[in-house]
Amino acid sequence: MPADTLARPAASPPGAAAGHRLPSWFSTAALLLPTYGWLLIAIFLPLCTMLAFSFMNATPMGRAPVVFTLKHYKAFVTQPYLVGIAWDSLVIGFWTTFLCAVLGFFAALALARATAGRARETLLILILLPFWTNGLVRVFSWTMVLREGGFLDVLLHSVWPGAGSIGFLYTRPAIVLGLVHGYLPYMILTCYIALVTIDDAIIEAAQSLGARWWTILTRVLLPMALPGLTTGAILTFVPVIGSFMEPRILGGRVGVTMGTVIEDQFTQAFNWPLGAALSFTMLAVILAIFATFSGVLRRSTGGMA
Amino acid sequence: MTNVDITSVAKTYGQTPVLADITTHFAEGSFTSLLGPSGSGKTTLLRIVAGFITPDSGKVAIGGADVTDTPVYARNIGMVFQSYALFPHMTVAQNVAFGLARRGIRGAEARKLVDRALEMVRLPGFGERRPKQLSGGQQQRVALARAVVIQPSVLLLDEPLSALDRRLRQEMQVELKRIQRETGLTTIFVTHDQEEALALSDKVAILDRGRIVQMGPPAEVYEQPKTRFAAEFLGDTNFLKGTVVDGALRLSDGTLIRTGAPLPATGAAAMVAVRPEKMRIDAAGKAGDGAENRLSARIDHVIYAGPALTYALTASDSTALKIFAQNSTGAIHAEGSDVSLVWQPAHTIPMEDAA
Ligand SMILES: Nc1ncnc2c1ncn2[C@@H]1O[C@H](COP(=O)(O)OP(=O)(O)OP(=O)(O)O)[C@@H](O)[C@H]1O
Ligand SMILES: [Mg+2]
Repeated sequence: MPADTLARPAASPPGAAAGHRLPSWFSTAALLLPTYGWLLIAIFLPLCTMLAFSFMNATPMGRAPVVFTLKHYKAFVTQPYLVGIAWDSLVIGFWTTFLCAVLGFFAALALARATAGRARETLLILILLPFWTNGLVRVFSWTMVLREGGFLDVLLHSVWPGAGSIGFLYTRPAIVLGLVHGYLPYMILTCYIALVTIDDAIIEAAQSLGARWWTILTRVLLPMALPGLTTGAILTFVPVIGSFMEPRILGGRVGVTMGTVIEDQFTQAFNWPLGAALSFTMLAVILAIFATFSGVLRRSTGGMA
Repeated sequence: MTNVDITSVAKTYGQTPVLADITTHFAEGSFTSLLGPSGSGKTTLLRIVAGFITPDSGKVAIGGADVTDTPVYARNIGMVFQSYALFPHMTVAQNVAFGLARRGIRGAEARKLVDRALEMVRLPGFGERRPKQLSGGQQQRVALARAVVIQPSVLLLDEPLSALDRRLRQEMQVELKRIQRETGLTTIFVTHDQEEALALSDKVAILDRGRIVQMGPPAEVYEQPKTRFAAEFLGDTNFLKGTVVDGALRLSDGTLIRTGAPLPATGAAAMVAVRPEKMRIDAAGKAGDGAENRLSARIDHVIYAGPALTYALTASDSTALKIFAQNSTGAIHAEGSDVSLVWQPAHTIPMEDAA
């Protein structure tokens, strides 16, 4: 009873105001609607459709009757060679992300700490150039460099005429190289954003306390850039696992990855359900990897945000 | 022995000389303020001592050892920045322990020293917090603890209190002075705030365009400014100009002003400075004992600020003057009235840069 009498006066003002002012949930909903509406139409619906496809026995576009099945999710068991391919894809993903992280961090560090004004702007634009070039052109240009007798060999033979070929086209390192080239800008940008916000005085304070460059790097710069590195790693790792262009063009025969297998299901084998099921399985694997890593990261940095 | 000696230090950026031939000595355990207008080179001088800037010429010695070519990390300095510059990814205790770890002090011993340092800055029990969870004043205390805990040879502070509001600043001034006394660290303190400099320091150095124009105990620098710049920069000053006649200064209207310190030779142009609070208004115009200086003036206006009064006057030689008076009698001299100003010859300071 007392609660009821107490609640009443508190509840009446919003009710009275509703006559001439919209309730706050309405404006919130109105503001969110375009964003979430777009997300729903552009991402959520297609994703749901794919999820539904992955449980079907055949692509629902022919005349064959469609029935529910889990068989595509058993693909890793029924076709064991897929496990090897998935493993290879993850290894390529790890190498690419690792190399991007190392190169990207130091490139961002140089950009943030050793340049200023115009030079910095120009360098940033140069770093973004791979974004602007067509991916196909970018990847094919690497074949010109890496193939036997390509630019790399020409360069080598100009200093050491008798040497053999060091071209490594159609190998796994070639795939990683192409992927690193394509995804490095993400890592540089995310690290750069984390590093430019570090006040010079923080570095100077570390120096005044007796820290040399190595200590500053490992105890101050790296931990402070960690959020940028993590974001960059996610932005690199996820698309690299699904990539098919670089493995195909630079990997040749060894370039069979999850990305190419899934692409084949959609474009060659016309087995959309299997492609969708493989995609969702890989998504689950990637999420599991991130969950493990974020747990490890959180523990090693002592609950740091 | 952790005195700091600077010998003929000069620094030029491009064409502009920022520091010109500075030679000075900071005694062991002393608290010296560097005071000067913006761009006078205070920060540059401090950073040369720290090692962040290499001077074009000259030498820096800390504790008798030449450190001109020693990198920052090997100089054993404690530095406090205006922006606090705490490591945001570390706790307060980790921040304070950072310098200790660089000196190989870890574990229980480090923890003891950190606790003691945090106690000294009155932040015991704050060790597990992040810098973000502290107020500005608390962050600056942590920065101070971090700089002091390593027992540096010299403590360098570049406007450490200017990001704090007035009340907090005054509180921190007291703390800073206490900590400096307790630790006995040779301290160099850059500030814009004259009162802060006068209140805290054993010595004040006034910089003007890359030169130390005067350095000495606060009272000496305030009471006996050597140059017009020093007199004007530190507090308010009345200047009187005239020619020297028989060891006194004759103003353009013929009034003779005597000084404590000797003036230049007869016939030379000279200028003297008198602090506004040293002059007294003598409305009755009764004859003095003849030992004091006397100058007639007219009161232009009065600024009433409760306990204190400020008078703006025009002297008989048409110099504009300013006088600070305590409102002790409650009697305020009327605007427009003609009065006599009376002050001691000892408070009349000849300026070295006369003309
Ligand atoms: N890196 C630099 N390049 C060029 N000129 C500089 C540089 N650093 C300082 N200066 C110049 O040197 C002069 C002195 O600078 P400094 O920072 O020492 O002044 P300051 O006395 O600390 O001034 P403030 O009170 O404003 O902090 C200024 O005129 C400044 O423009
Ligand atoms: Mg400065």
